[in-house]
Parts: sequence; C-alpha cells; structure tokens
Amino acid sequence: MKGTYDKAFENVIRLRVMSVLMVNEFFDFNSFKEIMDVTDGNLATHLRKLENEGFIGVQKTFIGRKPQTNYRATEEGKLAFQKHLDFLSALINENNI
Amino acid sequence: MKKPEQELAEIKSMMERSTRFLSLSGMAGILAGIYAFAGAGIAWYWVYFPSTEYGLGIEPYSMDDLRIYLLAVAVVVLILAIGTTYLLSQNKSKRTSQQFWSAASKRFLVALFLPVLVGGLFCFALIHESSYGLIAPATLIFYGLGLISASHFTLREIRNLGLGQILLGLIGAFFPPLGLVCWAMGFGVLHVVYGSMMYYRYDR
Repeated sequence: MKGTYDKAFENVIRLRVMSVLMVNEFFDFNSFKEIMDVTDGNLATHLRKLENEGFIGVQKTFIGRKPQTNYRATEEGKLAFQKHLDFLSALINENNI
Repeated sequence: MKKPEQELAEIKSMMERSTRFLSLSGMAGILAGIYAFAGAGIAWYWVYFPSTEYGLGIEPYSMDDLRIYLLAVAVVVLILAIGTTYLLSQNKSKRTSQQFWSAASKRFLVALFLPVLVGGLFCFALIHESSYGLIAPATLIFYGLGLISASHFTLREIRNLGLGQILLGLIGAFFPPLGLVCWAMGFGVLHVVYGSMMYYRYDR
C-alpha cells in the first residue's frame, strides 16, 4: 500500500496546521488561532510537537513594533505530510473496490 | 482515526480557507485616496461654492446638471481607483511571484464586491427617491461592509479600514451636511493612511 499513516498527523489540530503550511509559505500564530478556533496553549503545544518532529520551523519577526511568530513547513514535514495524504487516498481507493 | 474521506475533506477545506490574497498594493490605496480627495474637492466646489459654510445657499447649477456632473466625477474616480489598484496589485504579484488570479483573489473580490454592488444599486434607489444627502454615507457604509467581509481573505489592515468607513458613513447618515466631508475623510484620508501603512509594512 502506498504512503504511510503518520501518527504526528493523527491529531486534528496538527493535521490542520500542516494543511495550512502546505499551501502557505509562512503562517503566523495569531492567524492559526483565528482560522482554527483553538486556545493559545492548545495550539502552542501542538506546534511545539510538530517542531520537535522537525516538520515545521519557527521564525520570530516584527511587524512594525508587534512581535510575530511565523511558522513554515520543512522539506521533511512536507514529505511526511505528502505520504500521509497518499496513505489516505490509497485507503479510500481500496475501500471503493 | 477518523474516516479517510473526512480527513481529506478537512485538509482540503483548511488549504482553501488559509490562502489569502496578499498582492493588494499599498501604493494603490494611497493613489485611490488622492483621486477620491480630488473628486470630493471638485464636488464640494460645484455643490457649495459660492455659498454659505454649510452649503445651504445659492446653487450655481441646476439640479439636473449638478446630478450628472457629480455622477460623472464619481464614475471617473471609481474607474481610476479600480484601474490603479488592478495594475499595481498585478505588478506586486509578479514581483513577489505569486499568482494573481487564484482561488484566494477570487474569493476576495466576491466578498468585497457583493456588498459594494448592492450598495451601488441602493444609491440609484436613493437618487430615484431624491434622497441625495444619504448617498455619500451609503457608499461609505456598503464599502466598509465589503472591506470587512473581504478582510478574511487578504491583509488584516483592511478590516480596520472597513470599520472606519462604516463609522464615517454612520456619522454622515445622521448629519447629512457632513456627508461630503465624511466621504472625503473615508475614501480620501483613510485610504491614504491605510495605504501608506500597508506600503511600509509589505511593499518595500
């Protein structure tokens, strides 16, 4: 069977974060919060987990005077997520036969 | 584990919702503000000059003429503003090598122009009913609503710009003699302020 089911994406918040980072070069903490409707702590925990896996990178910048925490997907993260997607598609195809 | 179909749908919806139209040019905002301010100046001159300070006096033109002149100025300002924004934003998207026509930019346009279009039709109704004093506030309010709905799909500053327009629109609606002044503040000054803010933050 193609692809691998990655435990890192089992949680829906991590799955969403990764989906967003597949199509956006950067995404900041507050935008994640806004789009996903999660609490600060919850989001931070899952972001750190993805960071520890080496799937996302963090970068702190300033917009005017406001600090902003930007996230981006690493090559490794993109590859792992792609495999996860392949697995899901394969699973669907298999069930449909 | 959830059903794989659900999971894929979730991923797809997240990807769609998170992409924003980021090519909106700050410089275009500044220029649009300047056109609007110039347009408002011309309108002020035609409507209120020579006249009392509140503009409730002699009218140098007949009502019919004035109506056509004002409509013409409004249309010219609108075309110039949209044209400039289109060209400069396209330019910016080339410079930052982002796609100009994308799902995000289309959603942005629909969100912005649905309220604006309704507002435009509403203004024709106001002309039809001879409620001229409410036209300027109505354009501000509908444009502000459009900006707020479009702000989900583009740079954040747009949301506050929209709130500002609505506030000025409401002030103008309750004090019709201030209508044109509010219009010049909203479409002119606010555009320049937010345009420069966006220019300094994102365009350079």
